[in-house]
Amino acid sequence: MANPKPRIKIPKTASAGEVITIKTLISHEMESGQRKDKDGNPIPRQIINKFTCAFNGTTVFECDLDPAISANPYFEFNAKVPESGSFKFTWVDDDGSVYESEQAIEVK
Amino acid sequence: MTKRLMTSGLALAMLLAGMVGSRADPVDDTLVIDGQEMISRAKAPEGHPFDEVLSGWLFREGETRALEVDSFENPGMLAVEEGEAIWNTVEGTAGKSCASCHDDASVSMKGIAANYPKWDADSKKPINIELQINKCRTENMGAEAYEFDKGGQRELTAFIKNQSLGVPVQLDLTQGDLQSWWEKGKDVYYTRTGQLNLSCASCHEASMGKYIRADHLSQGQVNGFPTYRLNSGLTSLHNRFRGCIRDTRAEFPKAFSDELMALETYVTWRGTGLSVETPSVRQ
Amino acid sequence: MQLTRRQMLTLTAGVAGMAVIGLPFDLALAAVEDTEKAIMDFTGGKKPETGKITLTAPEIAENGNTVPVSISVDSAMSGDDMVDSVIIFAEGNPNPQVATFRFSELSGSAEATTRMRLAKTQNVIAVAKMKDGSVFIDKKQVKVTIGGCGG
Repeated sequence: MANPKPRIKIPKTASAGEVITIKTLISHEMESGQRKDKDGNPIPRQIINKFTCAFNGTTVFECDLDPAISANPYFEFNAKVPESGSFKFTWVDDDGSVYESEQAIEVK
Repeated sequence: MTKRLMTSGLALAMLLAGMVGSRADPVDDTLVIDGQEMISRAKAPEGHPFDEVLSGWLFREGETRALEVDSFENPGMLAVEEGEAIWNTVEGTAGKSCASCHDDASVSMKGIAANYPKWDADSKKPINIELQINKCRTENMGAEAYEFDKGGQRELTAFIKNQSLGVPVQLDLTQGDLQSWWEKGKDVYYTRTGQLNLSCASCHEASMGKYIRADHLSQGQVNGFPTYRLNSGLTSLHNRFRGCIRDTRAEFPKAFSDELMALETYVTWRGTGLSVETPSVRQ
Repeated sequence: MQLTRRQMLTLTAGVAGMAVIGLPFDLALAAVEDTEKAIMDFTGGKKPETGKITLTAPEIAENGNTVPVSISVDSAMSGDDMVDSVIIFAEGNPNPQVATFRFSELSGSAEATTRMRLAKTQNVIAVAKMKDGSVFIDKKQVKVTIGGCGG
């Protein structure tokens, strides 16, 4: 599998205290552990098990993912923007890998 | 006859009446992707069995349709981004990437895929985007040809076709012998195969709009390939052709074989006028 | 009544499709019990009330591999009126847990959307836990269809 690549959709600017909508998508098979290969052996589970969004170091939104989340996990959620700063997004893989992305937002 | 038998007989008869010809019209909706209106209904070209050609998008449920409307929510766009990275990656002995010769794909590839398959004078056969990529790789880049569906073939094809998003499909059948391949493709389309004895036309022409189990049968248009299928991710056209033929319980031809290149030429023509939708989203 | 071969085929397919769509609530009891237990684990033994939380999912999912699901909780998301977390279950899946969302004051509102896998027609359940300990539930049945080609 290619290295998972996150996509983030977030406005570049907001007014102070505005609630914005954030969408995220990351490429990942989300191997559920329920499937078998051609020889009938179970394919081991490998999923992204946690997603976090933080703003200037404070947690905004978190999700624990189970194998029932579809391939290429998608999240849409809201965030209040108190000041200019940066959103940090983190995905944690079962194998310990951590995929990160950061997006700045300016309060006008 | 006992009362119970009578009742179940009646129930069966009612079921028969209801299920035969069970059909639903395609939705009356307009596909707009990121604000750009797609042509999802077009007047059929001369000699077409339908009056109007319809995008498969019109046959899907609302939730599936919604995934294609916003390019961010379309999971197929992840593959398009991978394709973009491949476009810019140097490979082969000539030390070139696609971009070395073709620069910015949004300029150089705009509208190109809407006119494929084209006639390839060298091989004296139709050529599609996948084979054109392989030709570039072997002749200009000094790189190995992609094997079917491997090494980024689907992703790069999706990226190149996505540069033509919205452009109507239009083949030039006067090129070389393309017209005779169109004829050959038409034969393939109407030939029944497999233990189920089905042709492409059995489902996508004669039963278009009806339900096969829970699937709403479309016209089987190919303007959105490679397509993101909810059950199998990014799916190439020849993979889908092979899957359809397999489902008739027949031996299925090789990808890019003469039979399937002829079929691609003919089926692409059947979607003349529809916008390129790559990567479309289907069930 | 004379049926052509094609009509017969369509008919067989249609009946099969109907049998799938028309599935009654015959969900395996064990899975439902698992879900009940997991809900109680989440709420700390408290029985959730209806209201406050809304679960949105399609009535009919065209493919069980990618089913959109949204939750929304009626809350000011400030002071005492805060949502702590929301858990989603699919009680007919091999493992009923789907996802757990945790919110904060910076969430602005307690709303989230994701995409899930459903093994078959079943109930999808969302339970919200408020900061004050109260718990709320919503439930929707999603019918998962079986496609004609390749199942």
